Amino acid sequence: MQNTTIIINGLVILLLIISFFKDQSKTIKSLKIAGRSLIKLAPTILSVILLIGIIYGLLSDKIALLFGQENGSAGFILIAVLGSVMHMPSLLAFPLAGSFLMEGASISSVAAFITTLTMIGIVTLPLEIQTLGKKFTIYRNVFSFLIAIIIAVLMGVIL
Amino acid sequence: MKIQENMKTKKNKKNYKSLILLGILFIATLVIIKYSPDNSEKIIDTSISYFIQMAKVFPAVLILMGLFSVWISKEFVMKHLGESSGVKGIIVAFILGALPTGPMFVAFPMAQGLIRKGASITNIVIFLSAWACIKLPQELIELQFLGIEFMLARLGMTIIFVTIMGIIINKLMNKNQIN
Repeated sequence: MQNTTIIINGLVILLLIISFFKDQSKTIKSLKIAGRSLIKLAPTILSVILLIGIIYGLLSDKIALLFGQENGSAGFILIAVLGSVMHMPSLLAFPLAGSFLMEGASISSVAAFITTLTMIGIVTLPLEIQTLGKKFTIYRNVFSFLIAIIIAVLMGVIL
Repeated sequence: MKIQENMKTKKNKKNYKSLILLGILFIATLVIIKYSPDNSEKIIDTSISYFIQMAKVFPAVLILMGLFSVWISKEFVMKHLGESSGVKGIIVAFILGALPTGPMFVAFPMAQGLIRKGASITNIVIFLSAWACIKLPQELIELQFLGIEFMLARLGMTIIFVTIMGIIINKLMNKNQIN
């Protein structure tokens, strides 16, 4: 993550310098656009951060418990739902999923967990609705849930 | 003129709503911390760590979006990600999404920018999905923790099903239904 941060910021600074030398007024305009977006998005982003804190703080013990006794299709669906409700960057999701696999969880449930965890975000819904609209958000999240289940089942069959 | 005014009030209303949401969540957090002190440390730690993670990349991403909207023409996006971009557009969307560029909540405003510049809904769905679960640096972590078979199987199937999903959502939606 540290490297990613350096790469992104370095890249943007470089682009900003190039842009500034090419056309000053365009560059200033782009910074104004950035500032306006920040003001517009800040409340929603802070909300998402608080929501992640609340969910993670209240539920993380119960999640470990569930995976310990995971079995059958009910448990599988429950894990997919759980992955949808929780939100975690895939950088953290993979090590966590790996540890579940070591503890004896099935390939399908681990695959379902990864896909729903990373693709569907109940906590990011407010931001997704604000930027892309309600209809798109509903379609994307519902279909992502379905393909997460399909991918997971197929992976269980293949591997 | 009237339409412009309508758009303005609509925008203000939206900002107003997001401020109310933030207020409610802030109060909820305070209440939970007060009545459930066992969890308070975890809640505060998680929120702070996400905030820091966000603060490190978000200004850069906003500037990138600003530069993008000033320098990249509508025609360029329409040609490479628009309705008629076909298979090439799908590939471009996957590559754009898989580049290392930060957490998911950064992707939504970027997707909004791409749509305004003329990207197709199929390609936006692909872009968001690739961003979420097949980012390049993360795939190395998956390889390390879950093994090559698992990684390749999940990667292959994700690409196939995400493309199908993008095409279906595109069929179901009308483009002007997006903000």
